[in-house]
Amino acid sequence: MSYEVPIERGKIREFARATRTRHPAYEGVAAVIPPTFLTTARLSWEPTGESPSKALGFELARVLHGEEEYEFHGPPPRAGQTLTVTTRLGDTWEKEGRRGGAMRFAKVVTEFRDESGALVATQTSTLLETAKKGT
Amino acid sequence: MGEPRRYQAGDQLDTVTHEPLTRTDIVRYAGASGDFNPIHHDEGFATAAGFPTVFSIGMYQAGLLANYVADQLGPENLRRISLRFSNQVWPGDVLTFDGTISAVSATPDGDRVEVDLTCRRTGTDGTEGIGITATAAFLVV
Repeated sequence: MSYEVPIERGKIREFARATRTRHPAYEGVAAVIPPTFLTTARLSWEPTGESPSKALGFELARVLHGEEEYEFHGPPPRAGQTLTVTTRLGDTWEKEGRRGGAMRFAKVVTEFRDESGALVATQTSTLLETAKKGT
Repeated sequence: MGEPRRYQAGDQLDTVTHEPLTRTDIVRYAGASGDFNPIHHDEGFATAAGFPTVFSIGMYQAGLLANYVADQLGPENLRRISLRFSNQVWPGDVLTFDGTISAVSATPDGDRVEVDLTCRRTGTDGTEGIGITATAAFLVV
């Protein structure tokens, strides 16, 4: 499953202001994206019900965001581009929680390709589900 | 703008401290990012879930930390940033950002500059801790 994400100048400006930067690179018709801007792709554009992370079966009240990585395979995308996005589950693993019980971990990998099909960015999110209380 | 700065391993970036974090900051980021998990803005929802109040969206302070370094080394030069979440951040927290250049290597395309980054929080109750640590890589021509 893939979907398109337009990189929009106004959205870049809004995101830059919300994260307290006025760097000139975020202005203009070819504004560059802020470092963590691609987080908006899945939140705003992923088709409803098609999130691969749902397949993990994690209980939402116990889910924490452990790590987040953005790798850019060249200069970061700019306003005016339309990226094609795919998300898949990566590694999953378990370990013993500090207070007993199993903690579950999963990596969720999202790839962003440009109009020519070239991979421009890879986002890797590490989610964890804390152990059940009272075990 | 003048000559671009040349970085060396061990160089420290200037520390930046922000004004205390407000609920409005959190809501503004929720709108900009599309993250409307009510635990971050709905007081009743947060307290019912067992938290003393709402807490910040992790990706908000992640964005602040990433901008802190990108504002100095150039947003268009960023090639990788890896962020690790430690402690939650709360309304009223003062966030402090610092960074150290960990390595610089010459490549045919420019200097690859690696940076270690930390976002620290100080709460209104005096508690302190690390909010996020990160590493980042820039290609500086």
